[in-house]
Amino acid sequence: MSRTRTTWRTSRTAGLAALAATTALVLAGCSSGDANDKASTADSGTDRGPITFAVGKDTSGALQKQVDAWNTAHPSEKVTLDELPASADAQLQQLQQNAQVKSTAFSVLGLDVTWTSEFAANRWIDAMPASTSTSGLLPAAVDSATYRGTLYSVPWQTNGGLLFYRSDLLTAAGVKTPPTTWQEMQADCAKVKALPQAKGASCYAGQFDKYEGLVVNFSEAVQSSGGHVFDTDGNPTVNTPQAKTALAWLAGAFKDGTIPQEELTYQEENGRKAFQSGKAIFMRNWPYVWDLANKTDGSSKVAGKFDVAPLPGLDSTGSSTLGGYNLAVSSFTRHKTTARDFITYLTSDSSERANLLAASTAPTRAALYEDRALQKKFPYLADLKQSLDAAVARPKAVRYGDVSAAVQDAIYPVLSGQAGPDTALASLQTKLTQITSQP
Amino acid sequence: MTTTAPAVALPPTKPAPKSSTRRADHGEGRLAAVLLSPTFLVLALVIGYPLVSALRESLYRRGEGLDANGFVVSGEHFVGLRNYTDAFTGAGGSRFWNAFGNTTFFTVTSVVLEAAVGLAMALVMHHALRGRALLRAGILVPWAVPTAVSGLLWRWIFDANGIANKLLGQQILWAADGWPAKWAVVIADTWKTAPFIGLLTLAGLQLIPAELHEAARVDGANAWVQFRKITLPLVKPALLVAVLFRLLDVLRMFDLPYLLVGNQKHSVQTLSVLAFNEANNLHYGPAAAYATLLFLYVVIVAYAFVKILGTDLIAEARAKTPARRRRSATRSLAGRGTPA
Repeated sequence: MSRTRTTWRTSRTAGLAALAATTALVLAGCSSGDANDKASTADSGTDRGPITFAVGKDTSGALQKQVDAWNTAHPSEKVTLDELPASADAQLQQLQQNAQVKSTAFSVLGLDVTWTSEFAANRWIDAMPASTSTSGLLPAAVDSATYRGTLYSVPWQTNGGLLFYRSDLLTAAGVKTPPTTWQEMQADCAKVKALPQAKGASCYAGQFDKYEGLVVNFSEAVQSSGGHVFDTDGNPTVNTPQAKTALAWLAGAFKDGTIPQEELTYQEENGRKAFQSGKAIFMRNWPYVWDLANKTDGSSKVAGKFDVAPLPGLDSTGSSTLGGYNLAVSSFTRHKTTARDFITYLTSDSSERANLLAASTAPTRAALYEDRALQKKFPYLADLKQSLDAAVARPKAVRYGDVSAAVQDAIYPVLSGQAGPDTALASLQTKLTQITSQP
Repeated sequence: MTTTAPAVALPPTKPAPKSSTRRADHGEGRLAAVLLSPTFLVLALVIGYPLVSALRESLYRRGEGLDANGFVVSGEHFVGLRNYTDAFTGAGGSRFWNAFGNTTFFTVTSVVLEAAVGLAMALVMHHALRGRALLRAGILVPWAVPTAVSGLLWRWIFDANGIANKLLGQQILWAADGWPAKWAVVIADTWKTAPFIGLLTLAGLQLIPAELHEAARVDGANAWVQFRKITLPLVKPALLVAVLFRLLDVLRMFDLPYLLVGNQKHSVQTLSVLAFNEANNLHYGPAAAYATLLFLYVVIVAYAFVKILGTDLIAEARAKTPARRRRSATRSLAGRGTPA
């Protein structure tokens, strides 16, 4: 017993020593924090050597093949593929953490279109040299890669929303062309639902869970009724008649069952599964669904029975929100010239074509959409191009995470019938102004 | 309130007289300090430093505001306690109190449910004669499943078209923002961690001498009275330790709400989720403030729990360990002899 007592007493002294050590460490930590603010942008032009490429999971394996091809051609400037998690949140977190500690681990960064502003404003990525050519790239995608008039990244993959519809049911109901407005869509729905083979099907599936997808779907509704979530100067404009019309339509669609209540929990995959099992007549989703819903291995009940069209709008065809990835050079990496060359290689015509063929990722090069051979293989390309031409990038907010959360907080209660559109949008306007204005 | 179990506890040992052995202890103590110092250094590095660093971070803010060219103004500035006052009152006040309420709700409901279910599991495991080993292994499975995986499993179960709604014959939107989401988290957490309480309680149950129950039976006590007067008081120390562990764990709950329901949904936002969201949006100061407040909350709850219910759990456990070991050793030896 006495032994335990004394150990306890001495351990207290040791604890004091440990505390002192900790304090010393903390002090050291404090002083190192402010020291390296001189992140140099020095660039010699002959800055070549091995680099890394940090990007979300390469699910198709196509990217690794392209990297291998580059490595064979450039033995002294080898690229290592650094695969980040599949979820966008986890990717952003890793990229942020690496940037925070000014790590040299990542050279070329694959940035979601919504992150470019944050990375540029924090000086985590280098501006692209003025000589970088953007000709042939989709204008909306280039816009998403630009921050305050300067190009900070190169658009690599893009994405636009499409309206998937059951062509078989529409034809059976005597509807010849897909709807271009919301009203037409609801009218078509009523006709299709009268058919015995459409029993139990719901009208429209989108992404209305409380996550980034809700921001996308809400922005599309606002744009499709002629409004904007943010104007061209980056000021929020959600307290407008157009935005109110859009939100009122969405809330009304939830109320009258056009959009079933359970879609308050729907993300992309839930919608795809509902559509594939024949439970939805119309669906807003990304092009990746095309391949999966056309699978004839029994996973899809609608293979060959659907088609795509641009999103519907209030008075005419609607407007999509732009998705996709841009490539940027980390400010903290070595061998920046190699990094830029590698970006040029990945965003070239041939690389993007290979990516489209292998992983059906939408290219950022306009010419590929006109390619006959590709159009034959991917019949939705023409519709996607039309959607992308009308697409609007998401707001270029430095604090995009805050913007996204504010939109979700305001819109979700309206859809679930707990708040009215007018008051929700008025308070959202105040909140967004607060977030985007400079303190 | 006393927790010393009459049958198990040893008579309190008197502390040995200090003065006689002081000199010898001094040398020994010095050696012990030297031998332990690497451990303390490591502890200071991995526990002390992050803690102090987070405290310091919570008094600063950075990355606010843009300069004329649209760049984030670099460097951090001291804001005193503003991160804390904002958490309680300002624009973020309602978010904090909501998260605080959720954290408390989850803690109270899941720990109560888990203790009840865990105790029941322990009793079943204790009394089952046939297939006892299989039963124990089976009950342990949920505890062995990683929380992230169980979060995804329950996400499927609670899907709008999932098995939970099929069984209930209802169309409940478990994953939407609202009360069903809270219950989804409580159910998933109880499923996962009741076995933990069950197992620790089982260890306590096995320490209760069979003679006590025999004697009670002879005296004519029925099962309920035996449970109330013998089993429960004697198993209480073990149960309390298990509950304390769970309390500390649930207060920090993060993965289940995050994976099962979603981190933006206010109905399941816990303090951990709130701190995570803030850090993700690069608001490290407020995030550190939330984390520190959570830390304080955990400390207060743990302290109160130990003070009110456990008197001195740690010292009691320390005093009992040798006796317990001997007993459980003989128990398990004896147990081997009985047909299982």
